[in-house]
Amino acid sequence: MAQQLTIPQLEEMATTIRADIIRMVEKASSGHCAGPLDQADIYTALYFNIMKHDPKNPDWPERDILIQSNGHTVPVRYAAMARSGYFPVEELGTLRQLGSRLQGHPERTKLPGLETTSGPLGSGLSQAAGMAKALQIDENHTRWVYCTVGDGELNEGNNWEAIMFAAKYRLHNLVVIVDRNNIQIDGNTENVMPLEPLRDKWEAFGWHVQEIDGHNIESVIDACSMARAIVEKPSVIIAHTIPGKGVPFMEYDYHWHGGAPNSQQAKDALKKLRSMGGKISGDHN
Amino acid sequence: MDMHLVDNIGAEDITQEPTRAGFGRGLVLAGKADKNVVALSADLTESTQISKFAEEFPGRFVEMGVAEQNLVTVASGMAAMGKVPFASSYAAFAPGRCWEQIRTTICLNDRPVKLVGSHAGVSVGPDGATHQMLEDIALMRSLPNMVVIAPGDSIEAEKATQAIATNGKPSYLRLAREKTAVFTTDTTPFEIGRAYVLREGTDLAIMATGTMTYQALVAAEKLAKDGINAEVVHVPTIKPLDVHTVTASAKKCGRVITVEEAQAAAGFGSAVAELLSETWPVPVKRIGMQDRFGESGKPNELLVQFGLDANHIAMQAHNWIERMPQYR
Repeated sequence: MAQQLTIPQLEEMATTIRADIIRMVEKASSGHCAGPLDQADIYTALYFNIMKHDPKNPDWPERDILIQSNGHTVPVRYAAMARSGYFPVEELGTLRQLGSRLQGHPERTKLPGLETTSGPLGSGLSQAAGMAKALQIDENHTRWVYCTVGDGELNEGNNWEAIMFAAKYRLHNLVVIVDRNNIQIDGNTENVMPLEPLRDKWEAFGWHVQEIDGHNIESVIDACSMARAIVEKPSVIIAHTIPGKGVPFMEYDYHWHGGAPNSQQAKDALKKLRSMGGKISGDHN
Repeated sequence: MDMHLVDNIGAEDITQEPTRAGFGRGLVLAGKADKNVVALSADLTESTQISKFAEEFPGRFVEMGVAEQNLVTVASGMAAMGKVPFASSYAAFAPGRCWEQIRTTICLNDRPVKLVGSHAGVSVGPDGATHQMLEDIALMRSLPNMVVIAPGDSIEAEKATQAIATNGKPSYLRLAREKTAVFTTDTTPFEIGRAYVLREGTDLAIMATGTMTYQALVAAEKLAKDGINAEVVHVPTIKPLDVHTVTASAKKCGRVITVEEAQAAAGFGSAVAELLSETWPVPVKRIGMQDRFGESGKPNELLVQFGLDANHIAMQAHNWIERMPQYR
């Protein structure tokens, strides 16, 4: 079983993971920053507190499942996996390189511990629903399926097919976390293709809905705990996040959805992270 | 090899049954053999014949509604948890509508989902071109990891269904709506990846897949009356193609005609031509749909209209070999 961290430890781990993300994407000279950074708190909570999993035994039959439908944000998952012991932290430096297990978008057959292959948007939720349905058929009441979904990818119709399906079969063992960062490649989600009223949509489709501050790790843990207590319907947690969270010059700017920092930008970003956004002074580089 | 075919090929009274019926029976048998076999339907439970499984194993049947993208991706998720999902719709819709999901979540992901595309080919009949799937072979055979099978008749469909239930690979089963001649028997061999010489010949090899094999057999009888000795090779597994049998037959006969109820472009005939161009180049003529869609009509009328019936196959073969030398 993986270790469970306390809240202060989790917050520290989230910062470590953010720094890993910056270093990985800078070294790869390509990849995505905004989504991985804004999900650092969610992934830290999942890997270091919420999920039942064993980094030394990735196929442990009793493990909880985490599907990352928004596969382009995989640096946050790689970092969380490395930090929890799935593979050496040094391997993070191979992201997107020839022969690496850390593909630009996650490939299950390359790296133990990835539950599926994703990147093309809109089909992770339905795979997660299929997994939850399989567990329901097996009358398994001990395992949970978590699925992170980007807000922009809710443009995809495949999601809404899955949302209807999960409600039909009352897949209460399915917990979806929407990374509501309000950006996608072409701009603000509400300009590209409006999602609001997003809560009402999920509720109308028959889901239990919670809205939280996606950067409050305690809220993430509590919301997942609440979701597991709901037995008559599937649960969605709309996690409001700030794209690029932790690096002031990336925050709120959709241009950082895709695109890597250059070495000076990476240096500045790491400095901001280590000084808690300038709140702590000291000899950081 | 004795193929144990029926002895009344070409006769009016040959038993007729759609391949989808054999699938329906085979799926029940597969379900009895393995409790992990599950079935998913996209609002076409009766017409895909998945209904038999649904009656037998209601707890392992999942009704998806009219949602083919969700059909295949939910199936991928179920396969991830150790299930052997059979996901079924009309071929025009699955794989027709959901190719990227199949590519990423089933093939690249290497999950053993069994896609069952019913109502393939122009013999769907009066529903017309929208429902007559002709490009599914091309779509599926281009995908790494995917196994592609078009059974020749309902008995073979039953065997193929059971075979893909245990092959551990993403697999596509191509089925037809219309009744077609049952020319194999319970003892006719079937293995995934094997092609079978059903009739020995030396003047040309007719290689056919799916229910076109019966038309090819009847065409060979007609050619024999004109003194042409055609070999007939049945190729139910389009991918992986039986390199040995296809090449050996091409070597022996020196010219090849392929027959499929699908687009001649990028389909079964193309697969044979690609293979032979590398192993034993001989002239290859591809009989199939020639870069056009189907239309409404009675199934048999449509086969005649598009040159896919035994008479037209024999006629085309006769004309072609008169001007095409054998390359041996």
